[in-house]
Amino acid sequence: MTEHSSKQYDIELENVRSRVLEMGGLVESQILAAIEGLTSGDVHALDKVVAEDHRVNALEVSIDNECSQLIARRQPTAGDLRMVLAVIKIVTDLERIGDEAAKIARMGKMSYGRARMPSMPIAAVKHVGAIALGMLRKALDALARLDTAAAASIVREDFAIDEEFRAIVRQLITFMMEDPRTISQALEILWIAKAIERIGDHAKNMAEQVIYIVKGTDVRHTTVEELEREALS
Amino acid sequence: MSEVQIENPKLTVTNLNFYYGKFQAIKNVSMQIAEKKVTAFIGPSGCGKSTLLRVFNRLYELYPGQRAEGEIRLDGANILAKEQDITLLRAKVGMVFQKPTPFPMSIYDNIAFGVKLYESMSRGQMDERVEWALSKAALWKEVKDKLNQSGASLSGGQQQRLCIARGIAIKPEVLLLDEPCSALDPISTSRIEELIDELKTDYTVVIVTHNMQQAARVSDFTAYMYLGDLIEFGATDTIFIKPKRKETEDYITGRFG
Repeated sequence: MTEHSSKQYDIELENVRSRVLEMGGLVESQILAAIEGLTSGDVHALDKVVAEDHRVNALEVSIDNECSQLIARRQPTAGDLRMVLAVIKIVTDLERIGDEAAKIARMGKMSYGRARMPSMPIAAVKHVGAIALGMLRKALDALARLDTAAAASIVREDFAIDEEFRAIVRQLITFMMEDPRTISQALEILWIAKAIERIGDHAKNMAEQVIYIVKGTDVRHTTVEELEREALS
Repeated sequence: MSEVQIENPKLTVTNLNFYYGKFQAIKNVSMQIAEKKVTAFIGPSGCGKSTLLRVFNRLYELYPGQRAEGEIRLDGANILAKEQDITLLRAKVGMVFQKPTPFPMSIYDNIAFGVKLYESMSRGQMDERVEWALSKAALWKEVKDKLNQSGASLSGGQQQRLCIARGIAIKPEVLLLDEPCSALDPISTSRIEELIDELKTDYTVVIVTHNMQQAARVSDFTAYMYLGDLIEFGATDTIFIKPKRKETEDYITGRFG
């Protein structure tokens, strides 16, 4: 896009965008560490994820503040306005993803507090975690490159996560019915899987905001077909 | 480029071209101005927006060498036609200028002067009309005890509201506002913006403004002009959030020059 007559305005907008990507990078590494910790059992690494969550929160507050400054001082319009509005929403999603990462880490630590039942579907959880992480990366990429086609494909991936999540739930229910001693651990795994499933939802929300920035159409709460039509138009 | 469908057009502009001598200031503009709505014209200096406003009441005819081609229909009648009575047209299409231009006479007479040209009425009726116009322009409370003072004794913002009162006193159908707030402080500006909002219950308002936020605040429809072309015309909500043309987007987001 052409530059503003006011260079300072350009710098401020660009700054907000790069700070969101910075926040996204931090959140990405939090999820990665939490999921890694699940399989490695590195309690120290899991503790670190919980401890680092405040950095994500601080970025949310700081970026929101920059956005209010931009609105107050520059009165952005059209594409600039949509960018600022979308950023405000995206940082909320990123902050919640950060919370989910901390939740995964806490649950993971708890489940390592006792002997791990070998039958628990940890591999499946790790797999769905990898899909969620991939979605988040793609959403951040789509934001960086304002790529609506990439954003649209994320929505389909969210269906895959939901499907995997339901499969894990079915498996856990079977364990719990067969052997009630597995219930507490199965519940922890269930919380972890749910947290990952939520990460997918947040990545999808971010993707919808990318489409809003570029196309100016609010595609939240529409069907996937409508969303794709808008994104690829 | 006009993509919006106006349900109740007060003015219909068709293939309008305007020339200052050899220089073409308006290039084949076609659009409609909705009745009892506010239509704003935005665009950089020299884009033709003020010129267009001056065509709406044929103010340009005061100057030799300026001419308009095409058609502008006001309720169906072509106002650019030779047989159009210009005095009558200007009674129907009032105008307020960038700089407040009170007549060098009392506040009361500023309002009464124009009314007398078109209507004969008793002193009592005139008093009523003056009060009505000043109240409508949100000035009555401030001046009711000094109607005999000179119009020039008022502050800039009050003078501008006096000019608006003068404009509406003759009960026009269309009110043209050419940068009505550019010489005013923010408080006077917001009073006038509020006034514009009230005026549209009775009048069709067309406003030219350099202040894009003002256009966004007061108008129902916005037209973006550049170098004599109408680039985009649409609902204000659309123009400021999702304009269709890149040129419009660049202008309203401050990417130009």
